Amino acid sequence: MSAMIEIRGLVKHFGPLKAVDGVSFDVGQGEVLGFLGPNGAGKSTTMKMATGFLTPSAGTVRVAGHDVLSDPVAAKAAIGYLPEGAPAYPDMTPLAFLRFIGEIRGLAGSNLESRIAEVVRRVHLEGVLRQPIETLSKGFKRRVGLAQAILHDPQVLIMDEPTDGLDPNQKHEVRTLIREMGRSKAIVLSTHILEEVEAVCTRAIIIARGKVLFDGKPEELESQAPREVTKNRMDWVFRKLTSGAPLPGPERTPTGAHA
Amino acid sequence: MKHTCTILKRELAGYFATPVAYVFIVIFLLLSGFFTFQLGDFYDDGNGQASLSAFFGWHPWLYLFLIPALSMRLWAEERKQGTIELLMTLPITMAQAVLGKFLAAWIFAGAALALTFPMWITVNVLGDPDNGTILAGYLGSFLMAGGFLALGACVSATTKNQVIAFVVSVSLCLAFLLTGFPPFISFFSGWLPATVVETIASFSFFTHFDGLSRGLVEARDLVFFLSLIALALFANALILEAKKAD
Repeated sequence: MSAMIEIRGLVKHFGPLKAVDGVSFDVGQGEVLGFLGPNGAGKSTTMKMATGFLTPSAGTVRVAGHDVLSDPVAAKAAIGYLPEGAPAYPDMTPLAFLRFIGEIRGLAGSNLESRIAEVVRRVHLEGVLRQPIETLSKGFKRRVGLAQAILHDPQVLIMDEPTDGLDPNQKHEVRTLIREMGRSKAIVLSTHILEEVEAVCTRAIIIARGKVLFDGKPEELESQAPREVTKNRMDWVFRKLTSGAPLPGPERTPTGAHA
Repeated sequence: MKHTCTILKRELAGYFATPVAYVFIVIFLLLSGFFTFQLGDFYDDGNGQASLSAFFGWHPWLYLFLIPALSMRLWAEERKQGTIELLMTLPITMAQAVLGKFLAAWIFAGAALALTFPMWITVNVLGDPDNGTILAGYLGSFLMAGGFLALGACVSATTKNQVIAFVVSVSLCLAFLLTGFPPFISFFSGWLPATVVETIASFSFFTHFDGLSRGLVEARDLVFFLSLIALALFANALILEAKKAD
């Protein structure tokens, strides 16, 4: 199976700062890739480059066979993207917003209306369709962002913290949705929540200081923890990998690991 | 083209979803009326003719403050809200985004200008004006609004702060006005060669609007405004491309 997302040697400088430093990975259809890392590790920057928002300092991104730099419109057409913070036009209603996104995505007429009805049902927006987005709660805003990302049934779905700001029930629903969609799409999602990786991802990548430190199945990640660690084994491995210093012991939390 | 239209429609609907559109139109109409009748000697233009020269004469100054108020949000607001990331990852080209947003603002400014039609009716009731001249004046005013808007859009693309966008746009627009303002020209003509002064003055909106507002539709004035708009929008796209994220 050919990779839907091919990332090769991606580098991004912000002035003297090297935010992303030689990241490479492939994501195939049917994969749900969890993108993990401390804040400022380069997760969002990598996603912004993969979706064509930021221009890489070096490296290439191909999505569904299209180079994001040389053929951005075709690549972007294949992607559904939920940016960090789920931005949307605050004075629009979710219905008007989804119609706008749908028209740009090439949907029209009854096809557009049925796609909107479908995503509204899937992320449960029925009650707020005609309220301005600025009046919605954080959870609803996030779901409006999800709805616009999956509206055109994209082959590739890239989501920056899709469950941030949702309550436990909503988190569960969104995770179920991602698992379902993951069978037919290539999905990349970033998260801080390690249980989320276990719950929905078929693969995990940990990055810190712009470099990939781990790339494998969630079970493999967990199995790196020594046997005496019985609880939160993934957390332990995550901290060990990203704090950069050897841990004194499984019970003590190193300071600064999440900074 | 279709995508440009979709963006244009969304933008235009955005003006009317908030009080921005209504406030702008009301203030524009009030001020243009006030300037024309109170300050502009509408009833006595010096040669006893019915015309709208008093009305059009104030437009450069009116636009100086009102057009930057319209253009300041174009890109600064997208940056502030983070929606620029959404817009720039949709399958559209930069040109479509820039053009769609600019055209929406220009059409809106055109609509506000068109709503001054009672002025045109008034002058036709009171006398027998040359309606061709008035039409040329409206064309000139519309083109000048487009020029100011394109400059403002370009400035708005550089910042996420709308106040900064407004202040810088007003200053830039002022520069494009003053270069043709008589006191300014006489200041320079004292010590600069005439060709340099003429070159500076040729960049002024005054110079190019003046002919149109008196009914002279000349190719060089149309070319000036249209090429200025094209150039400013091109710069707008380059600025966005260079600094999309910050």
